[in-house]
Amino acid sequence: MEKLRYESPIINKVNAGMPDKFGMNVNTKPISYIDGVSVKDLLKDYGSPLFVLSEKTITETYNNSKRAFTSRYPKIQFAWSYKTNYLNAVCSLFHQLGSWAEVVSGFEYEKAIKNGIEGKHIIFNGPDKSKEDLIKASKNGSLIHIDHFDELYMLIEIADSIDETPKVAIRVNMDTGIFPQWDRFGFNYENGEAWNAINRIMISKKLNLVGLHCHIGTYMMSPSPYSVATKKLIDLALEIDHKYKHKIKYLDLGGGFASKNTLKGAYLPGTDTCPTFDDYADAITNVIINSQISPENLPTLILETGRALIDDAGYILGTVLANKRLASGRRATIIDIGVNMLFTSFWYEHEIFPAQQCSTQTEDTTIYGPLCMNIDVIRQAIQFPILQKGDNVVIKRIGAYNMTQWMQFITLRPKIILIDTESKAHIIRKNETNSVFENLEITPKYLKK
Amino acid sequence: MRLKKNIAISETGFIFNPSTGDSFTLNPIGIEILSFIENEKKYEEISDAILEKYDVDTITFEKNYYDFIQMLKNNHLLENE
Amino acid sequence: MVKPKYTIAVTGLNNTDNPGPGVPVIRGLRESDTFDVRIIGLAYENLEPGIYMPNTADKIYQIPYPSAGGEAFIKKIEYIHSCEKLDCIIPNFDAELYTFMKNEKKLAQMGIKTFLPSIKQFEERHKANLPSFGKKYNINVPKSIAVTNISDLSNINDKFDFPVLVKGKFYDAYIVYNLEQLQYNFNKIASKWGVPVIIQEYIQGTEVNVVALGDGKGNTIGAVPMRKQYITDKGKAWGGITLDDEKMLEITRNLIKKTRWRGGMELEMIKTEDNKYFMIEINPRIPAWVYLANGAGQNLPEALVNLAMGINVEPYKTYKTGIMFIRYSYDLIGNISQFEKLNINGEL
Repeated sequence: MEKLRYESPIINKVNAGMPDKFGMNVNTKPISYIDGVSVKDLLKDYGSPLFVLSEKTITETYNNSKRAFTSRYPKIQFAWSYKTNYLNAVCSLFHQLGSWAEVVSGFEYEKAIKNGIEGKHIIFNGPDKSKEDLIKASKNGSLIHIDHFDELYMLIEIADSIDETPKVAIRVNMDTGIFPQWDRFGFNYENGEAWNAINRIMISKKLNLVGLHCHIGTYMMSPSPYSVATKKLIDLALEIDHKYKHKIKYLDLGGGFASKNTLKGAYLPGTDTCPTFDDYADAITNVIINSQISPENLPTLILETGRALIDDAGYILGTVLANKRLASGRRATIIDIGVNMLFTSFWYEHEIFPAQQCSTQTEDTTIYGPLCMNIDVIRQAIQFPILQKGDNVVIKRIGAYNMTQWMQFITLRPKIILIDTESKAHIIRKNETNSVFENLEITPKYLKK
Repeated sequence: MRLKKNIAISETGFIFNPSTGDSFTLNPIGIEILSFIENEKKYEEISDAILEKYDVDTITFEKNYYDFIQMLKNNHLLENE
Repeated sequence: MVKPKYTIAVTGLNNTDNPGPGVPVIRGLRESDTFDVRIIGLAYENLEPGIYMPNTADKIYQIPYPSAGGEAFIKKIEYIHSCEKLDCIIPNFDAELYTFMKNEKKLAQMGIKTFLPSIKQFEERHKANLPSFGKKYNINVPKSIAVTNISDLSNINDKFDFPVLVKGKFYDAYIVYNLEQLQYNFNKIASKWGVPVIIQEYIQGTEVNVVALGDGKGNTIGAVPMRKQYITDKGKAWGGITLDDEKMLEITRNLIKKTRWRGGMELEMIKTEDNKYFMIEINPRIPAWVYLANGAGQNLPEALVNLAMGINVEPYKTYKTGIMFIRYSYDLIGNISQFEKLNINGEL
């Protein structure tokens, strides 16, 4: 006689209460395949834990966002935000799809050049650009987005010394009705600093002011602040045209589009509340089209969205190391994915799925990572089926920031796999080994045994 | 190990503990195991029966079983011995 | 004429000291002159009193929390619809409205009518957006900001004088007199309702409310103003009386006209000593004291269902003033077997 499928015995206390608290999220549908490739096979072949990126999802998401904007506005250019995920394979894929590069450090700038992107298609943002960085970017004709007056003056000096006219934009910060207002980057609009910077640039005649840039915040759950920001940039562009008869070639609205992840503290899940690309596109393009800018002078609209383009394409696969009971009787499950590689678990309630069929019964569970550190919590409270040691889990929607902000803490970072559109897996970053780190260290002779 | 006497288990897997006022739900295998305990079966007998019927290995079941017993104790459903 | 019989699902059966509007809505529906009803109660929790109250719901189903996501919600509604053939759903919680509005079309395709505000109407009147709402519609509102991070409270003194009100996105409001109390209540609210938490200027005066129904074309189908006579420590009315206040009705009609409000609403205002009205909250649904409007001659739940069914509804022109409601508590006797049934089967 064939044996029945087993599940572990569960007893759950019935909590009587009123509907006034965060509800439970019962989500037990397993994820056994990613783009047609078996999760179990991936873990067997490449080890656990394992990062997986889906080329299909990246391409679809990019095309969807491109359609949302190009169907509303004639001149659209995306620039891939390197800091979101600067794996060369990922950058190259975005460049193939038509994205320029948006970088915020000399390190990222070098990466972009190595990835074969032309200098004039690199946008250089951020408060930290060295003199050498600026000289290189000026010579390459890159778009330098000035963050503060010290940079502005340094760039005027450089322009003089190398006899080039660097192409620049200024980053503008402003009140768009959101709280907190990001005022640490760029020049403020309301207090006149931005206009002041523009005048310095125009009067110096050493720099070519080609664009205006802003980046109003991160994880913007409402598209309307983008309308406010667009309006303010356009007002600046019109004033520049009025005073200097100089046309701004592009408006760069930066990034900040949310992904469908659920932020900690949010009541409704991100899958329900995240605006679509069409919502954002509507908010931005309507303002430009309805502005005083004449149709023949419409600026190119540049978008540096990172998270919303890659978050959905990323997965991390892992394995259950142990189950235990906490002093309160609460179930805890320890997996081999820690906050060192899943940095975003500090601000998201990540969705976690079993990789194999499991019981429909769930228990309120805390999911811990494997680090010997109290902060290593992947989910504080989740209604989760009971998995056994060795079972596998899949965490969805982790493509943004984790593969750049991860930490090498007490262990080595795992492999990263890209699944191509024909369901073939490629290693795009090898796992680290002890020798990688030993090579960097020097123990003084007198301390050696 | 004995279940407290006044505990009512219904066929649906609903348990009511009249001395504390708490109620609980069980999954089907939980009901099965609890009724073994109610009939004062020993661990070995329970284990044999479950292993015979379900696709599970001895060690996994042993871990799950003692975890389940721990939860019954935590919820004051077993007699102190 | 034979009255039609509708199967209507209603949420908000938590008739507690912080009551949901479900039970009073059901009373209104049961007293309708234009239709008969079979009431399906939708409950989130297993001890909502409306589940166990006699002559309230004909059948109860448990539904997943809004925080479980729209997919889980629709699946459960589909199941209930397959058993009950729902004609209409009246959601009664702020926290669930977003999910209902997002799924309005899907519900309509299933043949389930609703009568809800649009997402735009819902969003722009959100507590966090009250200042810009006041500006747009030329209504006095208290100064307020939406705060997402507790560290942003430290310089709150620059913007507000204490006392201030601290409010949750959906529910809860506390008056606080210093920064420590503010931080404490910020955490309390944020852990329950998430962020943003709203900090609002405290305005001295009498609390007055209006229950109203807009037809979505700018017409006010009904509106009854009320003054809270007794307020619980949760800020809820435990007794109230209808008022003859033309100014409040004018503000209401004007707002419904300009916003083309669709559905039930509650306007919470403060009337100051010098007879100014400040709008402190606009709730996008029928309030728990709606049965007072019935008592005063306007059956707004009935009118709402008729609007949802696409029936032309004549606006109510009058109501009786000096009508009071006095809430009371009452102990129902139940048996564990009812509780068991609900918990095991998810229906009763």
